[in-house]
Formats: sequence, structure tokens, C-alpha cells
Amino acid sequence: MSTRTGRRVGVPRGVVRDSPPRPDGVPKLRGEFEYAQDLSADGMLWAATVRSPHARARVVSVDLTPALAIGGVHACLTADDVPGRATFGLEHPDQPVLAGDEVRFWGEPVAVVAAEDANTARMAAAAVEVRYEELDALTDPDEADRRDEVFRRMRIRRGDQDLRGPIVVEGEYEVGMQDQAPLGTEAGLAVPDGQGGVDLYATSQYVHVDHEQVVASLGLRPDQVRAHPTGIGGAFGAREDVNLHIHLCMLALHTGQPVKMVYQRSESFTGHVHRHPAWLRYRHEAAGDGRLLRVEARVLIDGGAYASTTSAVLANACYFAVGPYRSESVSVDGVGARTNNPPCGAMRGFGAVQVCFAYEAQMDRLAAALGMDPLDLRELNALGTGDSMSTTGQVIDTPLPTIDVIRSLQAMPLPEPATSSHHSELPGGSGLTTEPHHVQRGVGYALGLKNLGFSEGSDDYAQARVRLTPDGAVVETAAIEVGQGLVTVLAQIARSALRISQVDVAHVDTSKIDSAGSTSASRQTQLSGGATLEAATRLRERVLAHHDGDQLDDDGVWKGDELLVSWQALGEEGWEETVTFRHPPTTGPDENGQGVIHADFAVAGHRAVVDVDTELGLVKVVRVDTAQDVGLALNPQSVRGQIEGGILQGVGLAVMEELVMTDGVILNATFTDYLLPTILDAPDVEALLIEREGSWGPFGAKGVGEPPTISSTAAVAAAIRAATGKELNRVPIRPQDIALE
Amino acid sequence: MIVELTVNGEPVTARVTNPGSLLDLLRDELGLPGSKNACEQGECGSCSVILDGELVCSCLVMAADAADSSVTTVEGISPQDGLHPVQDAMLRAGAVQCGFCTPGIVVAAIDLFARNPTPSATEIKEALAGNICRCTGYGAIIRALEEAGTGVDR
Repeated sequence: MSTRTGRRVGVPRGVVRDSPPRPDGVPKLRGEFEYAQDLSADGMLWAATVRSPHARARVVSVDLTPALAIGGVHACLTADDVPGRATFGLEHPDQPVLAGDEVRFWGEPVAVVAAEDANTARMAAAAVEVRYEELDALTDPDEADRRDEVFRRMRIRRGDQDLRGPIVVEGEYEVGMQDQAPLGTEAGLAVPDGQGGVDLYATSQYVHVDHEQVVASLGLRPDQVRAHPTGIGGAFGAREDVNLHIHLCMLALHTGQPVKMVYQRSESFTGHVHRHPAWLRYRHEAAGDGRLLRVEARVLIDGGAYASTTSAVLANACYFAVGPYRSESVSVDGVGARTNNPPCGAMRGFGAVQVCFAYEAQMDRLAAALGMDPLDLRELNALGTGDSMSTTGQVIDTPLPTIDVIRSLQAMPLPEPATSSHHSELPGGSGLTTEPHHVQRGVGYALGLKNLGFSEGSDDYAQARVRLTPDGAVVETAAIEVGQGLVTVLAQIARSALRISQVDVAHVDTSKIDSAGSTSASRQTQLSGGATLEAATRLRERVLAHHDGDQLDDDGVWKGDELLVSWQALGEEGWEETVTFRHPPTTGPDENGQGVIHADFAVAGHRAVVDVDTELGLVKVVRVDTAQDVGLALNPQSVRGQIEGGILQGVGLAVMEELVMTDGVILNATFTDYLLPTILDAPDVEALLIEREGSWGPFGAKGVGEPPTISSTAAVAAAIRAATGKELNRVPIRPQDIALE
Repeated sequence: MIVELTVNGEPVTARVTNPGSLLDLLRDELGLPGSKNACEQGECGSCSVILDGELVCSCLVMAADAADSSVTTVEGISPQDGLHPVQDAMLRAGAVQCGFCTPGIVVAAIDLFARNPTPSATEIKEALAGNICRCTGYGAIIRALEEAGTGVDR
């Protein structure tokens, strides 16, 4: 025991409210960060996938002989080789690991091969001879609805169903199929452990749910499979579902060698789920003063061939079909169609994006019909704390500063009209196609509402462990860092709770810790952050009680000015605390869609300013300003990063991003043809963070990842309408929609 | 075939498999995984390298065509320890999220500053138009490079 005098306890660096540099930033900037694409192992084989060229066909025969005859090919596996459950699925295991008698979408895996190098594996996959008999593909979701080919139907009724209002606006809207397009494609490495088990390192948002599905389809005991978090290049929902995971483990166990697979870009477009395309029909009825009396909506989304998360996406679309507004009476009917189009599932915003495009267009049309300012109409009907959700009746008992969001947007200064005719200021850009006198400026607003965390009665939890070591504290978690900055914020939370500076975050595999749940639904800061806060707080209390100290810092345990235990000694005592954190419980819906469905909510608003070349239909998104309800910004720089990045994905959906399909076949599955916003397409962004205390997240934090993507699309569409005077009821808005319609 | 070239200042001899790209050569033969493969079509810039003084997508260069050339990758830009000032500005500005585009952006930024030490925001955007970032919305990247443009040692 040592004694120092005149010493006050140190103030830790990098706590909550700071924006410390992300710990993986240096290796990422130096090119040394290890992504799934970069993994290797001694004696490693490479795998490739044989995929269906048809949207629907009977598989007549599969001949592997030509592939196996190629030198260096070690294995070709088909549906007959799946040792356990033949199907997998995130919510409902309805998707074949490898197609058996029938293929149900273009690109569905039929066989997998392993060979000594990637080129040989691809040659072998091409050499597998599959005979198909084409069948009629069902690619029209309306027809699927008529045939009752659906994953789920939703019915929400609230209030007096006979209530009518004098002011009525009706509209039909459509949202195209967006892709997450994370820059890193699907990749992974499976390593057999020599005792019949396997270690899997693959792109994922949720290793525990991968683990469950791998175990089931391999017919192994849970302890025989370990799913490891690994470096991934973005996700945005595309990595919740299994794709190459089971294939890799099958090949590794079959060959007894490590097996690696990396999807190429075109394969990635077929190898992961997409944002659901949606068809929306709305009727809003209001009183003469603008109060919403009734909202009727019909929501149709195309889930494609297999379930993925279609049921939950549909439910979300229906629960948020009215947006952040009060309405006395509501009727929503939803259909999640089953077709032979590519499977759709999670993408940032998860159903709330599609309906927002429609209900915000309706609110603008209602404002026009009433002769009201669009923001005044929104403020009049704004849903806030203490109100009941118009759809589910749930009383909102956490802060929902909708009115503050609206007033903040109203107060933000508008940019000056473009004065320069430099091509960088014009919609046609360096193509030099825009005549300045054809440019019209438009301004549009939109608000969006989103749930945080999992809903509908799911047992949503995250486990985290905090350990003390001689080098500091370590937060252990299986939560996936997809790029959003979880690795930074968990360390900040632990520093604030422990009041020390030296904290690292370690990603551990499924055998070492319980689930953190998915890195989705804007949930990890609240859930894994909540677990980290509670574990670190308890650990600090236990350490102080045990040593009878009154302060903890990087030097150790103190009592007054006396250092009772050095950090080195404390770190050797083996302290750890594991916490499983749950958010407030939710319920499933009753027969009218009523219930305490959601754990928390966040609201955001966007104001878009666009310049449109009305002659050529070209759009330059000049600015998208935003006010967002964040609870408390634990890392303001990361929050801003989520806002700017999320807005640009919303801009992409508004004006360029769409997977184009004919008869179930994707026509633009490359980065040449699927247009992604570049730096020249990125608007300037001013973001106001609206902070209010009272959410159950750590320190009152709310999730921030999805709200930027909900209403930015709708705001850009509104701005283009303002510039052109056109209805524009479909996104993405294409040049021909503006110039030719 | 066997090719000889200079990579990050070091002479190297490598076996080139047909039809390998310079990106394959760097990643698979030379153990330099910093250059990333995201599109195989020269659309995203994740594989950007400087080839004989010119910024190129290494996925579009045949490895055999890189014989006798000089190549600089992100690994050659990074100092022995720590970060180049451009990298440091990106770290501090929050310009890194998933990081998959990051090495390509670092290389493109180095190429820009070599030609134009104090670029405007417009010049930064035009120089990085070939680098797709799906995470950040580019705002933090622009802020980082605006700052780096006034602070890079040249």
C-alpha cells in the first residue's frame, strides 16, 4: 500500500459526451484492419456458389462430375449433403440451404464447391451441370395477394371507423427496391476444429443467430460451432440473414480443411436481401382547421421468395403508417407478398422508410388542400410524449420532441439561391448539360418516426461483460461493429461508469458470451450500451466495497488521498461483471393491432433544398438540414456521422438507387449500373441534435442510426415536387419522371 | 509469368496468374491487403493505388501490365508508426466508419495534394468523385481534407 498526499482522483479521458478517435481508426486508415475478405489459414480452400439462372424452375438433375473432374477441386455439395435441417431463416426457417427440387428466385444457391484457389472454384461452379425445367414465376405482388401467397397480413383499427372529415386527400405511392450496397461484400472463413466442430468467421450483424442456424443445418451440438465477430465493410441490414455461413461450414467439415468464400459484387446483389419495394394507397381526412380525423392506408410490400424479416418489416410499415401524428381514427391493412422476386428483408429504416414517403406526401397535399403551411399542419397534429400512437394506441412514455424538431427546422436559415453558373453548382455537373435558366429551386420538408429496439413482445436483450486487467478494463461483447462506432461508444460508457481512461472493447465469439442481439433497429447503443453501463457500474461498486475505498481511477483504488490498491494489483485480482440488459417489455398486437408494441421511439425531420433542371430532369440536392431526437448524444461526432451517412442513403433512394427487375431477374447488379451517391451527389448537411432526458438507454441515449434515413427521402421528393409542380408519387424519381411525364 | 516492379519503394518479383489484376497481385501475392476489392469494375475506388505517378483503380490494371512500373499503395503512404497527416486529419474528423473505402480515399487524397496542396471543397469533391463511401455521407471526409490541405507538410 502506498500513500500520496495532495492527490485528487484523475479525470478520465474519452468519456460520454466526448468524441474520442475510434480505436479501430488507425488500423483502418493504415490499411491494416482485418476484414473477412482478408482472412486466411494454412491449407485453405476457396469456395464458390452455383446459382439459379431462373426466377422459378424445377431442378431436373444436378451433375457434379464435370466440376469434380477439374484438378484442384475438393468438394461439390448439393441439398442432399446438408447434414441437418434443410432450411434456414432469420425468423422462419423456410429457405433451403441449397435448393432441392425447385428454385424460387433468380440467384438462389443450388450447389457449392471448394477448390484450391478462387479461380478454380469459380470454374468448377460454372462446370456443374444443372438441368432446369422453367416454371411460371409469380412476380406480381398484387397477384400474390389475390392468390393468398403472403407471409403476413396486418390489420390495424383504432377509433371510430365511421368518422369522416370534410377535407379529403387520396394518393397512391410506390417505392422501388433499394440495396444496402455495403462496400465490403459477403465473405467468410470456416475452420474445422478437428473434432467434428467448426469455427466460423464471417460477415454478420448478429453472430448468435448465425450460430443457431448453422448448428441446426449442420446437425451439431451448439458447443461444436463457434461464430466469431469479424471485420466487415458496412451492413445497413444486409448482414442479418445467413448467406454463405452454412455453406462454408459444410465445406469445411466435408473437406477437413479451412474454406474461404468471398462474393463478388454482382453475386453480393443476389446473395443478400434488399429493401422491400412497396405500393401504398392512402386516404387522409381532416377537419377544416387541419386536425387529422382519419387515416386509411393499404400497405403492400414484396417479400420475394423467402420469409427473411418480411413479417416484421410489414408490421413496422403498418405501425408507422401515420407517422409522428395524432389521428382520431385509423385503419391500416398490410400485405407481405410471397413471390419469385429476390428475397427482401432488413434495410436501415425497416418498413418505416416506405410509408414515410407516402404519408409525408399526403401531409403536403393535405396542407395544400387546407391552404395551410405544411409545417404548421404538422405541428398542429404532432405526436408527443404522453400521446397515444395513432395506430397501436400505445402511450408514449419516453421523450418525443416532435414539436421541437419542427420548430428547429423552421428556424434554420435557408441557403441563398445559387448565384454561380459553374458546372459544380448545376444539376448537370461536369456533363455541362444544364442551361442555368432551366434550373428551378425547390424546398421540401418531411418528418419521420421510428421504433428503437425489437418490438412485438420479442425478448430483446444484450449481454456485456466488463473485466479488469493489469492494463485497464475490457468490455467483452458479441455485438457487431459495422462501422457505426459501437466500439468507441461502449468504451466511453465504461470509462464514464468506472471513471478510468484505459478501456478497450473486445469482440468475443458465441461460446464466450451470450447474445448481444442484432446490430440493427438502432439498438446497440441502448442495449449493449445499457449492459455495459450496468456491468461497469456494478463492478466499480463491488471493487470499492471490497477494498473499502471511496474512489477508483487509472492509478487504482483510493480512500481519500491514500492509494489503497494499485491498478496493477487490482487488475490481477480477476474482477469481472456480466450483465444481461433488457429494455422495457413489449407485447404482440391484438386483433386490431393494438398493444404496447414498441420499446422506444425517435423522431427526426429533414428539410431538403434541391435545384432541378426541369428540361433534362436532373436533380442536384443542394442541402438536407435536419433536427433529430437523440436522447443524449454520447459521441456527438459519431452521431453526426450516422446522420450524414443516413441522409445520403435517403437521398440515394429519392433520386437514383433502385434494383431494376424484369420477370424476377435483376438487370443492374453491378456498381456500374446500380447508382450510388458519390461525393459530388452529397448535399451539405446542418444537423441539430435535440437532446431530452428520459429514455431508458444509457445516460438517456436513444439509437440514432435509422432516423436519418426515414424522412430524408420524403423531404427530397417534396423539394423536387416544389421545384417542378409534378406529383412524383414514386421513388426513386428518375429524369424521365420530371422531364417527360 | 514473372513480373518485376517496385512497390512502395521496394523492388519485388512476383508470379502473375492469368488473368490476374494488379489488385490481385498486391493482395494475394504480395501480402498487401490494404487495397480493397469492392466492385471489380473501377467504379468505387476502394482499390486505388498510384501507378507511375497516376491514380488508378488497381482492379482495372492487368498485373502483367504493371511490370517495370512503380506502385504506391496505402501501406506505402502510412509511416512506420502512426499516421500520415492526411490520415490523422481523417481520424480526428470522424471520416472513418466501416473503413472499407478508407485506404482508397487516403490514396486519392495523397494524389490530390501532390497536384494541388490547397484544394477548395469543390476541388476535393472532383478529385474524390471516383471513391464511393457508403457510410459517412462524405461530410467528414471533406472536412478532414479541407483541414489537411492547410496542414500537410509539403
